[in-house]
Amino acid sequence: MTAYLLKRAAAGLLTLVVASAVVFSVLEILPGDAARLMLGFNATEDAVQALRVQMGLDQGFLVRYFHWTGGLLSLDFGRSYTYSVPVIDLVAERAAVSLPLALISLALSTAIALPVGVFAAARRGRPADTLAMAASQFGVAVPNFWFALLLVYVFAVWLRLVPAGGFPGWSAGAWPALKALILPAIALALPQAAILARVTRSALLDVLGEDFIRTARAKGLPQRAVLWRHALRNAMLPVLTILGLQFAFLLAGTVIIENVFYLPGLGRLVFQAINQRDLIVVESVVMLLVATVIVVNLLVDVSYALVDPRLRTRT
Amino acid sequence: MKIRKSVLAAALVVLVSNAAYAARTDLVLGIPLEPPNLDPTAGAAAAIDEVLYANVFEGLTRIGARGEVLPALAESWTVSDDGKVYTFKLRTSVKYHDGTDFNADDVKFSLDRARADNSTNAQKGLFAAIDTVEVVDSATVKVTLKNPQGSFLYNMGWGDAVIVAPESAETNKDNPVGTGPFKFGSWAKGSSITLVKADSYWGDPVALDKVEFRIIPDAAAAVPALLSGDVQALPNFQLGDALPQVQSDPRFKVVIGSTEGETVLATNNKKPPFDNLKVRQAIAHAIDRKAIIDGASGGYGVPIGSHFSPANAAYVDLTGTYPYDPAKAKALLAEAGFPDGFKTTLKLPPVGYARDGGQIIASELRDIGIDAEIIPVEWADWLKQVFTEKDYDLSIVSHTEPNDIDIYARKDYYFNYDNPAFHKVIEELNLTSDEAKRTELYGQAQKILADDAVNGFLFELPKIGIWDAKVEGLWENAPIQATDLTKVKWVD
Amino acid sequence: MSDEALPRTGFMAQAFANRSFVAGFVITAFIAAVALLSFFWTPYDVTRLIVADRMQPPSAAHLLGTDQFGRDMLSMIMVGARNSIAVALVAVGIGMGVGVPLGCWAAARGGYIDDVLMRFNDIVFAFPALLSAIMITAIFGPGAVNAIIAIGIFNIPVFARVARAGALAIWPREFILAARAAGKGKGLITAQHILPNITNLLLVQGTIQFALGILAEAGLSYVGLGAQPPMPSWGRMLFDAQTRMIVAPYLAIIPGMAIVITVLGLNLIGDGLADTLDPKLRRRR
Repeated sequence: MTAYLLKRAAAGLLTLVVASAVVFSVLEILPGDAARLMLGFNATEDAVQALRVQMGLDQGFLVRYFHWTGGLLSLDFGRSYTYSVPVIDLVAERAAVSLPLALISLALSTAIALPVGVFAAARRGRPADTLAMAASQFGVAVPNFWFALLLVYVFAVWLRLVPAGGFPGWSAGAWPALKALILPAIALALPQAAILARVTRSALLDVLGEDFIRTARAKGLPQRAVLWRHALRNAMLPVLTILGLQFAFLLAGTVIIENVFYLPGLGRLVFQAINQRDLIVVESVVMLLVATVIVVNLLVDVSYALVDPRLRTRT
Repeated sequence: MKIRKSVLAAALVVLVSNAAYAARTDLVLGIPLEPPNLDPTAGAAAAIDEVLYANVFEGLTRIGARGEVLPALAESWTVSDDGKVYTFKLRTSVKYHDGTDFNADDVKFSLDRARADNSTNAQKGLFAAIDTVEVVDSATVKVTLKNPQGSFLYNMGWGDAVIVAPESAETNKDNPVGTGPFKFGSWAKGSSITLVKADSYWGDPVALDKVEFRIIPDAAAAVPALLSGDVQALPNFQLGDALPQVQSDPRFKVVIGSTEGETVLATNNKKPPFDNLKVRQAIAHAIDRKAIIDGASGGYGVPIGSHFSPANAAYVDLTGTYPYDPAKAKALLAEAGFPDGFKTTLKLPPVGYARDGGQIIASELRDIGIDAEIIPVEWADWLKQVFTEKDYDLSIVSHTEPNDIDIYARKDYYFNYDNPAFHKVIEELNLTSDEAKRTELYGQAQKILADDAVNGFLFELPKIGIWDAKVEGLWENAPIQATDLTKVKWVD
Repeated sequence: MSDEALPRTGFMAQAFANRSFVAGFVITAFIAAVALLSFFWTPYDVTRLIVADRMQPPSAAHLLGTDQFGRDMLSMIMVGARNSIAVALVAVGIGMGVGVPLGCWAAARGGYIDDVLMRFNDIVFAFPALLSAIMITAIFGPGAVNAIIAIGIFNIPVFARVARAGALAIWPREFILAARAAGKGKGLITAQHILPNITNLLLVQGTIQFALGILAEAGLSYVGLGAQPPMPSWGRMLFDAQTRMIVAPYLAIIPGMAIVITVLGLNLIGDGLADTLDPKLRRRR
């Protein structure tokens, strides 16, 4: 188990190194630079050049690359060109929106998907199952940003229950902040829940066909206990995989939803930074996200071992 | 416990109803773009000035609601007969928000900093005419120009020319310290900037205690925020097709004013076939300003016939120079040697008026046989390709700097326009400070640009201001990019 | 199941016995027909803007109303279908064209080549797909072609993984061992025996990626990085509708429905195919 984890960690590290080189050199091709953008139409060339020097943009490609990666090692992400504050501060501010949003929608989607999946599996082939699966088929097909638009129209514009967009900040109090995250979380959660429900159902059906379930049934255990205690526990592997993937997706893939609701999250930060050529922000956030994906995958693998004792002994 | 609660509630009711008698002193304003930093001397973004100009930072002079030059940190000034020496008498007992005193040394520091070799001031050109800045005494500054400049006092009223203190100049981007009626409170990046009343202010005290600029990037979010009362004013917001929703609501005042934003179909005047006057005239005749204004600015833009703001006293209406006439446009194209039209490109920056207006113009050009391929570009690419490298045929952009007709006289400006007659007018204008004479010269300049059909002159970007009907004192027009809150108050 | 590949005609015949597949097939065929029709005929010309007719609600003259430039929404939806299908289809083609050979190669060679290829896969997977697509379109400029490339790149590891897994399951089979004993090279075996046996697997994955591609294209267009005006695109129409939704909700509802129906159709096909492919799953229904 330890050897396996070490091997995985080494692979993750390698991925990070390659990713840093790819991101840095790819962004190098982007036309235009931050200095010119900051100073706009009327700026004279020498003012722009002076700003470039101030930002360190006049240095060579390799110098900047090693300066940046060297900083990353000591968790120094550098300073944003446009905001001229440490990138880590910007990221922390934005993660305070993205992280709760991702967690809430993940919790929401799990809370919907697991019962629906189990329910459908227990009533396989019956109308309830067909209905649940038809609904989930629809859920998978709905683009989350369109669903978000409809939610805004109904709950914010029409009923005026929640704000249509923007984020008041956690300093405004937990409730106003949470209120601003409700619609985005629902918009993100529902399509995810549809996928998760389908995975749960089919994983359960796989397990229900296995011998130990038949044994449990033969022992006279009630159906509900068989389902929740024995079957679901063993069906968790694919469900966990999907959950891990979804978390990684939710953290960065929310950029479109953040656009719909004007949430100052990580996705929007990267989006803005690309347009403002604030490349150091783009590079650092992408690296952070890549690292998150690697860590989450690692965690999923570890929980595999926890859920399935067979795997624990195997490696 | 229960009893105490109800007592508390009653007390609250009293408190609240008492508070209702006094006018409100807080205001939340919605702005579409977040400033990249909070230092007006360190960036061209209009959003910086829209939050800080006149509120936190002040210059020697300031621009008023009608575009006039008013005294600010300079109480008064005298100009030498040859127009080259300006002597400013400064206000005394002015303090920065950090408690330090304002004096002539700060003026010298600010002006020298802005025009230094390593200056990163976005409008360095404003200070180009300055030869020396001398401190006469702590309340007097003498500025000597290399040559007379008619617009010098106006230039000193720009946001980029505000006076900063040497102690705080480097940290203003994050923690702005100025001399204005409001001091910086906090900045929640991505969502809002808060200013609070500065008690140390030298001028008339302001009515508001706390002002929050909330960043709302889009009309779709702004309208619900306004309707629910979260935001009480949208001083300059392109609501587009969502505007009627607010207009019909008596709780709000909708004020359509003017900006200094001349929206033009920028044309590469040196690149064939646009070097041919007939081709440019044909394009001018092909443009239906009404359709563009309806489709790209919600119907509120004011048509323009040259590069000049209709709000300016020196404005001349030249929209009739080349009226909408597709048949005539086709004939002109044929005369120019393009009976079947030609193919060209239209590069559009990422703003609504350009992207929407571009589609309409492309459709109108197609009607006279010109096939313009739309190429959307981000600002960074636009600045590089169009503005710097002049690698473009046509583009649409709004030139929002006030009084900027002189850009047509600049060497190597991206229009690639070069007319000696126009140069002469601008040179003369620079040397003239007599208002009547300046107005006449401005008129001549406008006429030359219109006749030459340098660009497709489309419309003046409207300033659409929406605010609670009980709020008073916000500007109707936007002669400069600013949200001047010094006179804003709640009334009942 | 015999050792040799199922004859494809048999596979498709079985698929047509599946309810999901038939429903999906009907929907998809309809959308495809609409897209094809748009090449020859649309109710109105979508390249001509008539601003005076802007934002008219659905009526007899304009069945689905008009947009902010006075263009007929029905015509826009028809032409938009073309764009969505083309982008997603070509992106799947890129994914298959590069991913399947890579996956087969990794399965055939094993060893360090397999390791390197799979590591490469992991790296691509670790990148946030949407943000990377945004970066790609920012570098090469927004547009349908670059959207295809951005979506296509992220399809490559998906197909590589499926092809590799499928191929690995077949390599130890007896008929492959027989072919090797007969002196056939690995390349030849892959082409003659492995590929035909994983075709159905790839078909299922292809349908899923096709549906995801349509969603991805809509998302990219919605943030302004997909197809560019004047080319109509569903995602773009949604973006344009957003600020106008308060006064004209139909502008947002119609393109969204088009996306949902198309993706639904493809997903139903994918489900039907998967059921047909895996009899164990089918029994369960």
